[in-house]
This record gives sequence, C-alpha cells and structure tokens, in this order.
Amino acid sequence: MAGQRRNEIGRAVPLLAPAYLWLTVAIFLPLSAMIFFSFMTGLPNTGKPWSFTLQNYAAFFQEDIYWRLLLSSLRLAAEVTFWCLIIGFPAAYALAKLLKGRMREAIFLLIILPFWSNGLVRIFSWAMVLREGGLLDTTLNAILPFKISIDLMYSYPAIVIGLVHSYVPYMVLTCYLTLQAIDDSLIEAARSLGASRWQTLRRIIVPLALPGVIAGAALIFVPVVGSFMEPRILGGRTGTFYGTVIEDQFVAVFNWPLGAALSFILLAVVLVVLALASPVLRRATS
Amino acid sequence: MAHVSVRNVSRSFGAHKALDDVSIDFPDGGFYALLGPSGSGKTTLLRLIAGFDFPDEGQIAIDGDSVERVPVEKRRIGMMFQNYALFPNMSVRDNVGFGLSVRGEPRHKMAAEVQAALDLVQLGSLGERRPHQLSGGQRQRVALARAFVTRPRVLLLDEPLSALDKALRVDMQFELKRIQREIGITTIFVTHDQEEALTMSDRIGILRDGRLVQEGPPDETYERPGSAFAATFLGDANICEGIAIEGGIRLANGTEINIEKPVKGCTRCAIRPERIRIATSGAPIPAGDNRLHGTILRRVFAGNIITYFVDCSGLELKVLVQNDGSIQPYINDAVRLHWSKASTVPIVSD
Repeated sequence: MAGQRRNEIGRAVPLLAPAYLWLTVAIFLPLSAMIFFSFMTGLPNTGKPWSFTLQNYAAFFQEDIYWRLLLSSLRLAAEVTFWCLIIGFPAAYALAKLLKGRMREAIFLLIILPFWSNGLVRIFSWAMVLREGGLLDTTLNAILPFKISIDLMYSYPAIVIGLVHSYVPYMVLTCYLTLQAIDDSLIEAARSLGASRWQTLRRIIVPLALPGVIAGAALIFVPVVGSFMEPRILGGRTGTFYGTVIEDQFVAVFNWPLGAALSFILLAVVLVVLALASPVLRRATS
Repeated sequence: MAHVSVRNVSRSFGAHKALDDVSIDFPDGGFYALLGPSGSGKTTLLRLIAGFDFPDEGQIAIDGDSVERVPVEKRRIGMMFQNYALFPNMSVRDNVGFGLSVRGEPRHKMAAEVQAALDLVQLGSLGERRPHQLSGGQRQRVALARAFVTRPRVLLLDEPLSALDKALRVDMQFELKRIQREIGITTIFVTHDQEEALTMSDRIGILRDGRLVQEGPPDETYERPGSAFAATFLGDANICEGIAIEGGIRLANGTEINIEKPVKGCTRCAIRPERIRIATSGAPIPAGDNRLHGTILRRVFAGNIITYFVDCSGLELKVLVQNDGSIQPYINDAVRLHWSKASTVPIVSD
C-alpha cells in the first residue's frame, strides 16, 4: 500500500514539476520580494539608506482614504459580480439546456469572444460607445423621437459596464458547466410532480448550479476588487479605486513599499471574503 | 384513479414518424404495459401522456378531460424515470415531499403523508438519507413513493426496473405490483422486456415503428399473436411459411400443417417452442396432432430447460423441453415431433 503510494507520487513528480517550477519563479519569488518591500522605508536600489518599518501597513489604518477606497472597490466588485450573475446565468442556462449542436457552438463562441481580444482595446471601444456623441448616444437619438443626451463616459456606470463586459464570460462558463451536469430528467421529474417552471428553477436548478455560481463569483470578485485599468480609462476622475491607488504607488509616485503593503492588505481582505463564502460553497455541494 | 384514452395520436420528429395514428384505452385502475423494441415509439407515447411533449394530431384524455395541450405540472400525473431522477440536493424525505410542498400543503400534513408513503415502500427509517447513500433498489422505492404520494390520476413508469440486476428486478416486479394493487392507481408501464410485461400487467400493447400492432390481456396476447412480429417479440415462436390449403398450410417440403382455426388464404403459422413435444419411441401421438420427423441439429442446456433445434426436411424448428428427469435425446438423434392443432396460430401479417 505504502509502496504503491510512493509509486504514484513518483509518477506524478515529472508531470507536476514544470508547473510548480513556473509558479515558484513567476509568482512565489516576486511575491516574496513584494512582502520584503512592504516592510521597508525605501527601495534599496535607489542608493538611499533604508530600514525595516511597519509604517506602510499603519498608513492604511491612519488615513481613512485607503479603507474608504477599499470599501468602494468591494462595492464595485459586488455590483459587477451581481450583474455578471444576472446576465450570465440565463445565458448559461440557455446554452446548457435549450440549445443543441451547431447553434450552441455558435452562441458559445460569441460569449467567449471577449477573451480573444486585447483588454485595452475592449475598454477603448467601450469609450467610443459610451461618450457623448458616441455610438450609444447617436443611435438612441436616431431612433427616439425626442432628444436625449447620453454621456456615460467617465462615470461609475461606465466602469461597471466595462467590467461586466470583461468578466461575464467567466460566469457563463462556470454556470454552464454545472448546469450542463444537471440531468434533464431531474427537471422533468420536478415538473411531473407539479412544480412550475419558477419552482423548478428555485428549488432544483439553482441549488444544483450553486457551486458554479460561487466559483464564477469568486473568479470575478477577486480581480475586480483590484482592477485599475477599467476604472482609470472609463471612470476618469470618478475612477479612483483601491486598485488605481496601488497602481499609482508603483508607476507614478514610486512608493513601492506602500503599494506592496496596500496589495497585501487587499489580498488579506479577499482571502477573508472567500473564507466567509466557503462554508456556503461546502453546504451547497454536499 | 382514472381512465386514460389516447385517440389517433401522431407525433413526428422531423421526417421520422415516432407515433403514427395510435389509439389506446388505458382502463381505470389497470396495469398496462407498453411493449416494444427501442425506436418503437413507446417512450414517445409515455411522454405525450405525461405532458413533456405534445402530439401533432389526436386527443389525449384523462377521465374525459382533454389534456393534450395541458402542461405536465397541471396534469396530476406521477412519473417514475429510468434513472429514478432523485434530487441529489435533498434527503429522501424531501424528495418524497417535493410534490406536496410545491402544492403548498401544510407542513404537519405533509410529514404524515410522506411517512405513510415511505412506510408503504418499506423505507420508513431511511428518510434522512441522501439519494447517493441508497442502493439501486432503495432508490427505486423512493422514486416510486415520490411519484404516488401526490395522489396522481395516473402513474407512468419509464422502464423503471431496467437499471437493476436480475434478482432484484424480480423482487421489485412483485413489490411494484403489490403497491400498485394496494393504491389501485391506473398505471402505464413502458418496457422492452417481454417477460416483465407478461408477469406484471393486466393488459399489453405491442408497439412497432410508431404503430400499435396488438393489444390485449397478457395470456391472450401471447396465445394468439396477430403478426409474426408480435409472435416473436412477445415470447419465442417458430414461424412456418408455405401455401394456403384447406384447413392449414403446405410447406415447401410437402409437409402439411393443420390449423384449428384457419384463416382463409393465410400462408404462415406460428408455433411456440414449448408447445412442440418430442415423442418417446413407440409412444402414441394424440390423434389430430401435427406430426413431423426430424433430426436434432443442436442442443442448448439451460438447467431447467433444454432447447433443441430440430431439422425436419429443411424446416428448422426450435423445441423447448422441460428437464424433468426423463431420458432426453441428443444431437443427431432422429425424433418425432408433434403438437396440437390448437397450438398452431395462423399469422396474417408481418
């Protein structure tokens, strides 16, 4: 038994080694360096003297701007996750249960398409759509009999629109996978027992699809809390979030130690949020 | 309890006619087996009665109410699925109670009814288990309890025993029949297993290529198959073909086979293998019996029964013999076969 186990590990090592080597080099080492930086007063390569400090972490608690920004980032992430769910779940349901064959493949392609284009290109194309005199404004004014002015550019809704667009495929994919695994006969059984479509959805489909919903939510929530590209380009002056502040520390202010400290606080908060969500996940999948 | 009637129902999927002008009356409180090979349309018919699908033409009525456009959740039917379709996210109790709870039945009343249903299927103590913690037979009982606890007008069973192994299947056949009789519910049962259809049902309908080819009580359907298909699908049969003569048919090898109730112009007849006897040497053959001389080609020993394939001058007949302890012939033995005229059934169609 023990020998067999050793044999299993022996066979797994060559297969796992490249991935772990890569993760070590690409994530673990830089992350370790960042932890190191976050406890320093300045960067060693600038030639200035430096020492270890907790001041970078203390800054987060001393100035309320940071946790205010973190709260608004959490709120943004929650809203984006919510809209991704509202938009993504029905699409995933249609793909998994209503469409078959070629039609399903075609629709699937359209949903995955955002993955294939450059993120920056996507955001700038949204800018063209959302600004005053842009695509949305012009189209609506051409159709509607009265004059309206739509300028969503540099606003909170613009950020949400851009982020939802980028992240909705994650929700569609994770929900699709769990929905597809639900046997059609379960749905038919519920209907035959007198459940309406709504009751079937609420009592059978959603509980069984919950692991996918939660996985999708986690995949969306985590990167959106730290997002900076969409808020900066689509949000303009309103687009100051926790992620953009961190970015500023690295590329504008060159206060890498503070940026690193803020990043780790974000990581800690995200881990806490996921830890709170995990019992729900476990209960849903048991 | 209800009477179900299907009138001139047709259903096509693209160019494929899954059901072609089928009419059946399912008697009140009866156990009706829809028997047929895969692709015969039996499951399509069950799904039309359930309301998962709607007919292109024809009427379906439960107790005289026309239901062919009523959605499944309003038809008050109970259905048991081939894979049981138990809800994996619920306990056994919640599975059984699901139909009552979506109707908004009060909690205490529901608990009592669920318990009674579980007791009836002898699972009274397993209410808190999850479906994945049950054996195949137990799952099947849960599915059955869930299907009848809502007091449906009709119970529809889609090959409910096909996922069980043979010993358990025979147990469950009796069990299912017992419960059906106890609650007296009209039951429609889809199966491709002819033995199951014969042992369980009060009536059998044989479907082939979307058409009802024969219908009746099991014994009558077995004894008087109307077609070659019915004769060979429900049980086993030797089909002999020749030319029509007075009182029977003449085979190509010149043998004449007499039929008790001949049909004019009929050129084929069916004989069940267990009706043919091998005469012991010297023993008299009852007067009026059909008789043939033959040689044993092959012998298949199955314990209680021995199957012989006998060559009678070019006509190969299958003969079943009880292994009753008497001396049985062996391969290449010359034998005399005989069977009564009454056991010779004229076959008028394919």
